[in-house]
Order: sequence, then structure tokens, then C-alpha cells
Amino acid sequence: MAGVSVLDLAGLGALLDALHSRGYTVLGPTVRDGVITTGEVHTLEDLPRGVGDEQDAGHYRLRERGDDAIFGFAAPMQSAKQVFFPADELIWRGRRTPDGAFDVGHAQSDPAPVALFGVRSCDLAAVGVHDAVLDRREFVDTRYQARRDGTFVVAASCAEPAGTCFCVSMDTGPKPTGGYDIALTEILDGEHRFLAEAGTPAGEEVLAEVPAQPADYDDVAAADEVIDQARSRMGRTMRTDGLRDLLYASAQSPHWEDVANRCLACTNCTMVCPTCFCTSVEDVSDLTGDIDERHRVWDSCFSQEYSRLHTNFVRSTTAARYRQWATHKLASWQDQFGMSGCVGCGRCIAWCPAGIDITAEVAVLRGTALREAKG
Amino acid sequence: MSTSAPSLAVWKFASCDGCQLSLLNCEKELLAVADAVQIAYFPEATRGYIEGPYDISLVEGSITTGEDARRIQEVRAVSKRVITIGACATSGGIQALRNSADVRDFTEAVYAHPEYISTLERSTPISAHITVDFQLRGCPIDRAQLLEVVAAFVQGRQPRIPTYSVCVECKRRGLTCVAVAKGMACLGPVTQAGCGALCPSFDRGCYGCFGPQDSANTSSLADRLASAGMTSRDIQRLFSTYNVGSQAFGAQAQREQGGAR
Ligand code: SF4
Ligand code: SF4
Ligand code: SF4
Ligand code: SF4
Repeated sequence: MAGVSVLDLAGLGALLDALHSRGYTVLGPTVRDGVITTGEVHTLEDLPRGVGDEQDAGHYRLRERGDDAIFGFAAPMQSAKQVFFPADELIWRGRRTPDGAFDVGHAQSDPAPVALFGVRSCDLAAVGVHDAVLDRREFVDTRYQARRDGTFVVAASCAEPAGTCFCVSMDTGPKPTGGYDIALTEILDGEHRFLAEAGTPAGEEVLAEVPAQPADYDDVAAADEVIDQARSRMGRTMRTDGLRDLLYASAQSPHWEDVANRCLACTNCTMVCPTCFCTSVEDVSDLTGDIDERHRVWDSCFSQEYSRLHTNFVRSTTAARYRQWATHKLASWQDQFGMSGCVGCGRCIAWCPAGIDITAEVAVLRGTALREAKG
Repeated sequence: MSTSAPSLAVWKFASCDGCQLSLLNCEKELLAVADAVQIAYFPEATRGYIEGPYDISLVEGSITTGEDARRIQEVRAVSKRVITIGACATSGGIQALRNSADVRDFTEAVYAHPEYISTLERSTPISAHITVDFQLRGCPIDRAQLLEVVAAFVQGRQPRIPTYSVCVECKRRGLTCVAVAKGMACLGPVTQAGCGALCPSFDRGCYGCFGPQDSANTSSLADRLASAGMTSRDIQRLFSTYNVGSQAFGAQAQREQGGAR
């Protein structure tokens, strides 16, 4: 197959080396403190070999797979969000000068180019969402752009969706369809190998440096089988037909109150969501007032203060805040940016300490809406 | 110390001194503090004593005796601004456990001569007695937050003290959620931020020492803990610590009373 090759484990290591020798900081899945999360990957040893995960509403555990799989897990705790859109971003620092004026220095973002390694298809779709929101509108987030420019992406297809995954519903996975330089599909059946497809000339160039075999028909068929299997094992589903109108029609639904009885207004869902981008700008000064800083920090529509306008809260109840979140993700995002705000990664479900499940809540709304329509 | 710097007094009521010590622990910043404010009354740190009135009074501790209740009025009278520091001053502290019991049972259990103990039936926060300008949470308070509040009052601006949950700080730091990934009881979702998610960063659940966040849903969290196998008694204990005197935590502890589940 032209442009498609097969790497073994040593080849995967050589791919890492090739990225490092090009000066990339390679960020990919690593095991840390009981979870798989995003960290720096220096060698093959940093990747989670033989580690799987178990995810359900409000539940995450690692498990031993009993094999050598490198990508045998689903969405890691963190997406690529904080790589380009950090939780705390220094915007400027000002210093009072002896003559009483202020000397303001704008913080430069780190220019070291990043290679995302083993990024999942849902998360890659989310990077696409952030590109559209932060990098392709009238006003560009220049720090995001600086970090994002020159990124190299090695995506990985999913073989083991978690109980919380629903990328098939959202049409974002389990196999990446764009936005990558190289896409890998891990094949465990038979010889342990990785089907590697270049998506860009840069990807082709890097692959050419890595010892690999050209893929044959069996390799491609085996990779297709991995994807088909994953596709059929989604932990959750969400019906998307008429979703936008469903949410708008549900504005007065009593179900929001029901969710609010369970919702802790803790913000975890928004913090882990790869597309949520709400931030607050915070000014801090030291005791002398001589040094001041402006930071942009992650915030959340679940925080009460976030909805403060002058003296009042626009969304004073948790019901209003959950409604805002779900409606933005699934409906008004479409009007605002022409796409869904949810990519189906399932993190908001797994990392919700109350086990609230957006797919289940939407299914209830659909049921309620149906009953109302029938009268 | 410049003479135009606002004067600061530190007062102690029923408490352990931990919060005042947080101020002393600001080693790196202590000189800046001494520059920005004139420390006029701080028995823990200095013997110097400057007569009031004071621009800023930091008040540690809760009101547990009749004498306290009288003295706090005097503090208010000589202070332009009163800032309570810590869980005791802000919600009554661990000593507010007496509020849902008979205080005589405690004094009899603890003291050899309970007849010498003169104490009120309830431990109450400072704000139950006087008007308070700002309440800083925590058991103990967080140094950085204390400096922020002092800076804000000196500079005449709003203190930047968030009222959202500990989870916000936990996730910003990229910590593993001990509730979701380890099955630990964590009060982070119902507790106000400020500590930087200290306990989860040491692989422990949050104990709630900053008191309830602005939208605390304690009954939902308690339901989750119960369905994970925690007994009513243990859930009650979880909510019955430094901030049992707060409305949200106290009410949940009450609901668990007598094994309601
Ligand atoms: S949602 Fe899809 S792409 Fe994302 S981790 Fe799950 S299976 Fe993989
Ligand atoms: S809303 Fe939930 S499932 Fe959808 S992208 Fe965000 S975290 Fe993932
Ligand atoms: S839905 Fe879950 S994660 Fe989100 S704020 Fe509510 S309780 Fe927290
Ligand atoms: S460990 Fe506790 S504070 Fe941190 S996110 Fe989980 S529930 Fe919240």
C-alpha cells in the first residue's frame, strides 16, 4: 500500500527518536499517580505498556491488560487542552519604575515546538474545535497560535473504547480522519505492530526516516478490523439528530432541576472537557503594589462568580448552570461556531464526582420532549 | 516601616494560634508586610503595643465566653476594618461541635474541675457579634490568601479570593482526582478553594477546612459517599470538623444524625 507502512516496537521507538532529533518536545500518554495522563515522552518506556483503563460515570481505574499494548486504553485523564491552552497563563507583568510609571512586559509563550504523540481521535477533533474558536476568528488568541503553530501530530486509533466513550455518535472517532501528520493503528493480533499512515508531507518525511516495512493487504485488513471492533464497542451513545432544537426546546424542562439535585457545581466536567475554554482574567499585585501581573486562568460556567454581572448572578442556580453548559456544548455551539461543542470523549462523565452523564441527561430530555410532542 | 502605612492589629479569641502563625510564617514576605503596614498590636509576634484605633484588625478565633463577646465589641470599636482569619473566626471552628450537644457534657469529660469553667453554650463566628469586612477561610488560612487580602485592603481594592470549589484548583494543577480514580472520600466538590488542593496533592481526600463553597451541594455528595458504602455515622463525622458551624456542613451533619440512611 503506497504511503502506508508498518512499524514494530523498535520502529515506534525510532519514531520517537526522529521527533526528538527534530527538536520537538514530545507529549503523550504516561502513567502517573494512578491514571494515564499527558506527560513528556522521552523513550518507549514512558508510554503505558500493557496498561488499560476502566471508565464509567464517576469512576476511573487503571488495569493490567496482560499484553504489551502501548495504546490499549481510551481517553487519558487530560486531553491536549492544556498543552496549547494552559490552566494559568501569564499575560503581562508590570513593574513600577522609580519615576512612578509602569513598565509592562508582555509574557512570551514558550516557542519550543510540540509533538503530540498517540493523541486520540476525539481529542484531535477537540484541538480542531479550539483551532476554530481561538485561532480562526476575527480576534486570534496569539499565545494559543504561537504554541499551536508548528505542532507535529502523531494520532492513534482507539482499539479499546472506555465505558464512557461515544465518539461514534459524535462522528469524531475511533479512527482519526484528519488533522494529523502520522496516524497509527496498533495491531495486537499476530505480530505486535503499528500501521502508520502519513497525513501530510511532514509526516511522510518523518516516516521515511524510521525503519518500517511497506504495509501489505493483511496489515490494512487487520487495522480495519481493530477499528471496526472499537466502533462496535462504544460504552455510550448519544442521538444527535435534532439535538440542537431538542436543547432549545428543553429550556424550561423540569429535568434541569433534577440534575441540579445531583450536580455538585464542582466544575470538574468543564475542567476536563477538551473543548471548554471559559477563562477569567485575574489581576494580582504584591503587597507593595510595585509588581502587578495579569493572568488568564481556566474558569467554568459552573462557578457562581463566573456568571456575576455587576451585582447579580446571571445564573444563580446550579440548574441554570448545568442547562447553560449542556445547551452551549450541544446546541448554541453549533450556532456560534458551526460545529458541535462535544466530541464524545466521555471525560465529563468519568471525572464527575457525582457520576452525572450527559448522554443519559440528554436521553431523558429526548424522552420528555417526545412525551410532550405526543401530548 | 513608613509612618503613613496603615496600622494593623491581630486579635485572638478561642483558637489554636495556627492562623496567626501563618502570618509569621510569611518569612519571605514578612519584611514587605512590615513595610506595607505598621504592625501595631500582635502579641504573638512582638511586645510592642500601639494604642488604637487601628486601620486593619485581623481577628482569629471564635466567641466562646461572655468575656469574648464583650471584648470583640471593643475590637470593632477601635478598628476601621475587621478581617476574620480562619475557620474558628469565620464559622465557629471545631469548638462549634458543642453547638449540637450539651457543652456541660464536654467540660465534665475534659476538665477535672468543670465548675471552674465559664463558657457559653455555643461557639459562634465573629460575624454573629459584629459587622465584619472580610472573612478569610481555612484551618489554617493560606499564606498567599492572607497576603492577598492584606494587600487588597492596603491598596483599597477587592481581594481576589475565589469562592468556587477546591476541584477547580485540583484540576488546574492536573492532579489525579482521588475520589474518581481512588475511591476516596473527598470534600473538595463542596469546599471552597484556597489551599491549592493541598490534600489531593498528597493523595488524601479534602477535609473541608475552607468551609463550604458558594454553591455547596452537600446532600448530593453525601448520597454519593453513602452509595459507595460509607455509613451515616462516618459521613456525619466527615462534615463535623472545623466548619461544622457553617450552615451547609452543619446541616448535612445534622441530616446524618442517628443513621438517617
Ligand atoms: S471517544 Fe473514541 S476516540 Fe475518544 S478515547 Fe473513546 S474511543 Fe477513543
Ligand atoms: S462534553 Fe463531555 S463528552 Fe463532550 S467533549 Fe466535553 S468532556 Fe467530552
Ligand atoms: S456535572 Fe458533575 S462534574 Fe459537572 S459540576 Fe456537576 S457534579 Fe461537577
Ligand atoms: S480530588 Fe477532590 S478536590 Fe480534587 S477534583 Fe477530585 S473531588 Fe475535587
